[in-house]
Amino acid sequence: MAEIKAPAFKDTAEQSAKLQEVIAKYKGTEGALIPVLHEAQSIYGYLPYEVQKAISEGLDVPMAEIYGVVSFYTQFSIYPKGTYNVAVCLGTACYVKGSGDIIDKIKEKLGIEVGQCTDDGRFSLEATRCIGACGLAPVLTVNDDVYGRLTVDDVDDILSKYMD
Amino acid sequence: MEMINIKINDKDYSVPASYTILDAAREAGIKIPTLCYLKDVNQIGACRMCLVEIKGARALQAACVYPVSEGLEIYTNSAKVREARRDTLELILSNHDKKCLTCIRNRNCELQALADELGVDGLRFEGENIPYEIDNTSTSLVRDNNKCILCRRCVAACNNQAISVITCADRGFATHVTPTYEKEIKDVGCIFCGQCIVSCPVGALSEKNEVPAVMKAIDNPEKHVVVQTAPAVRAALGEEFGLPIGTPVTGKMVAALRRLGFDKVFDTDTGADLTIMEEGTEFLQRFTSGENLPIITSCSPGWVKFCEHYYPEFIGNLSTCKSPMEMFGAVIKSYYAEKNNINKDDIFSVAIMPCTSKKYEASREEHSTSGGRDIDVSLTTRELARMIKQAGIDFNSLPDEEFDSPFGEATGAGVIFGTTGGVMEAAIRTVYEILEKKPLENLNVEPVRGLDGVKEATLTIAGKEVKIAVVHGTANARIILDKIKAGEHYDFVEVMACPGGCINGGGQPIVDANTRATTDFKALRASALYSEDEKATIRKSHENPVIKQLYDDFLGEPCGHKSHELLHTHYTDKSANK
Repeated sequence: MAEIKAPAFKDTAEQSAKLQEVIAKYKGTEGALIPVLHEAQSIYGYLPYEVQKAISEGLDVPMAEIYGVVSFYTQFSIYPKGTYNVAVCLGTACYVKGSGDIIDKIKEKLGIEVGQCTDDGRFSLEATRCIGACGLAPVLTVNDDVYGRLTVDDVDDILSKYMD
Repeated sequence: MEMINIKINDKDYSVPASYTILDAAREAGIKIPTLCYLKDVNQIGACRMCLVEIKGARALQAACVYPVSEGLEIYTNSAKVREARRDTLELILSNHDKKCLTCIRNRNCELQALADELGVDGLRFEGENIPYEIDNTSTSLVRDNNKCILCRRCVAACNNQAISVITCADRGFATHVTPTYEKEIKDVGCIFCGQCIVSCPVGALSEKNEVPAVMKAIDNPEKHVVVQTAPAVRAALGEEFGLPIGTPVTGKMVAALRRLGFDKVFDTDTGADLTIMEEGTEFLQRFTSGENLPIITSCSPGWVKFCEHYYPEFIGNLSTCKSPMEMFGAVIKSYYAEKNNINKDDIFSVAIMPCTSKKYEASREEHSTSGGRDIDVSLTTRELARMIKQAGIDFNSLPDEEFDSPFGEATGAGVIFGTTGGVMEAAIRTVYEILEKKPLENLNVEPVRGLDGVKEATLTIAGKEVKIAVVHGTANARIILDKIKAGEHYDFVEVMACPGGCINGGGQPIVDANTRATTDFKALRASALYSEDEKATIRKSHENPVIKQLYDDFLGEPCGHKSHELLHTHYTDKSANK
C-alpha cells in the first residue's frame, strides 16, 4: 500500500482531554486497545495518526500494533468522513446492476479509494452492504440524499451538486 | 518430568507432557514440514504446512501448536495430510513472486525447499497478484513484499527485540507486512539489527547489496582497497560453504579476501583491542570519579540506535568510544595512510561485518574524521560469501593464511568481542591488571559467558566492588535500563543488540528453521570464538604490541587529545522518530 495521506488533523482541547480520560481509564488493563480505539473514534469521528500516537504513548502499545489493528477492522477508519459522505451500495442487486462500475467512476473522479477522504475534506467514499432499496438498484446515497436507477453517466451530475 | 504415551503413525512413543506434536515427531525422527514456525521466535500455527491427522479429531491440526496428550494417535503422512499440505503450499505459491533464479535466497529458501520436498509439480492456482513497491530506501534493509508469504516470522522477531516497528496490516488478500503506517523502514525507529532478515524463510527481506561498489573499487587501479573483518564473521562464514556450524575459518577467509583482490587484509580485532584501551580508560576515569555510571558499551550500532530512539536519557551513559570498526576506520585513513605514504582519498576502506546496522553506522556523519566516510562500505558475512562464490573461489580448498601486518596482530580479547559477554570480559582483563598492578590469573571471566539474557556479577578489583551486567537482545536491554531507572546501581554494562551478540547478527548466514530447532547454533558459533581466544598467544588487549606502538607513534595516550579527535564520538536524541 502506498503512503497514507489524510487531511490535516484538527484537535480541540475538549477532545484531547476526553481522549486522555479514556486512556487513563483503561491504562494497565489487558486487552484495552480495542475499546480505547472505539472510544477515541467516537470522540474524533476517525483515528488519525496523532490520535493513534497518543494512544500508543498512553497505553504503551507499539504504533505498529495499533496500525495493524486499525487497518484490520473496517469499523475503524484513519480517514475522516467528508462533509459529503458518498455511500455506494454493493449489495447483490445493486452489484449485478452495475454499482461496481459506478464506484470505480467515483474513485476516478474524486481521486480517492474506498474508505478515504479528499484532501479538502469535502467528499469521502464508502462501500456499503445492501441498504434495502433494491427496487432502485443500483443506488447510492450522499449523506441523506438517495439516488437510484443510476448509470455511470449520472455520477458527474450528482457530484457536481455538492461541489460548491 | 511427566511423560505421556502417544502413537505416531501407529508406533508407540513416550514423550514429555510439555511437548507439541512437532516436538514429539522431531524427536522420533519424523519430519513434519513447517514454514511459519521458528523456534523461540514464532509459534502461531498460521501457515498450515505442519498439518497432521489426529484420530477422532474433526479437522487436520497444526502440529507446531498442538500439545500432546495421553493416548493421542497422530498420522503425519496420510493421503489426507499430504493432499492438504500440498494444496496449501500451492496456494501460498499462487501469489508468490516466483523469480527464484534471480532471488537473493535462491537455493537457500525454505519455500523453495518445501516445493521440492512436497513434490509440487505444477501450479494449478494462477490468480490475482497485488504488486508491491520494494523499499530499498534505508542504508541497511531491503523489503520486497512481492516475495512475502505472510508467515509473520519477521514481525515476531521485531516484537522479540521489543522494537515492534513492523506489523501485518489490512486483512484477507490485502494483508501485507509493513512498517508502522505504511512508512518506509528508515522512518519508523528501526535499529537495523536485521533479526527480521535472519528470520525470513524467503527473499522478502535482505540487506542492502553493496558488493558492486566494492568490486568497482577493487577493479580501480587508483584505489588502495583495504578490508577488515569482524570477529564473528570467521565463526560463521564457513556455513555458507557447507562447513558445520561453529567451524572457525579465519585462515581461509583471509586467503579468500586476498584472492578477491583486496590490497590489505586486516583484523577488526585490532580495532577491538584499541577500543578496550580507550573504553577501559574511560571506565577507570568514570569509576574513580563516580560520575556518569554505569558506563554502557557502544560497539553495537543497533544498540546505540536503540538507545537514541527509545532511551535517550541514557545517551550520557554510553561510552563515547566509537565501535572497533569505526576506530579502525579512522586509524586506517590517518596513521596507516601517513605511515605508508598513501593519500587518504585513494584509500577505499571496506569492513566485513556480521551486521546490517553497521551499514548505517558507516553512513553516520559523525564517522568522517578523514573528511569523507571513514568506512566506505560495510558488507555483511553473507555478502562476502556471495563475492567469494561469484569469483569462483573454492573456499574449502583454500590454504590458511595470516592477516597482513601491522593490523593483523590481535589478541584473544579482541576475538571474543563477537559474542555476548566478550566486550566485558576483554575489558575486565585489562582493567583488572591496571588497577591491581599484577597479572590476572584466570583469564576466563565465567559469569559473563553463556546465553542467559541478563547476566549480572559483582567483581572485586583492587579492593573495590565493581557491579557489572551483560545483556543481549534489545528486549533484555530494556530490562536492565528499566532497572537502572528504578534505582539499581551498576558500574559497567555491556549491551549487544542481537540475541547472542554479533555471532547471531543480522548479517550472518541464515540458519533455517529446522536447523534452529535442532541445534544451539548461537552456542556453537560462540565456541568457535572462545577456542580462538584459548589458542591466542596474547589474550589481553593492553599487551598487543601493535596497539602499544600505535600509542607511542601516533595517538599518545588512551583518551588523550588525538584519541578524542579520532576514536570518540557523540550521540543524538532520536526519540521524536519512532
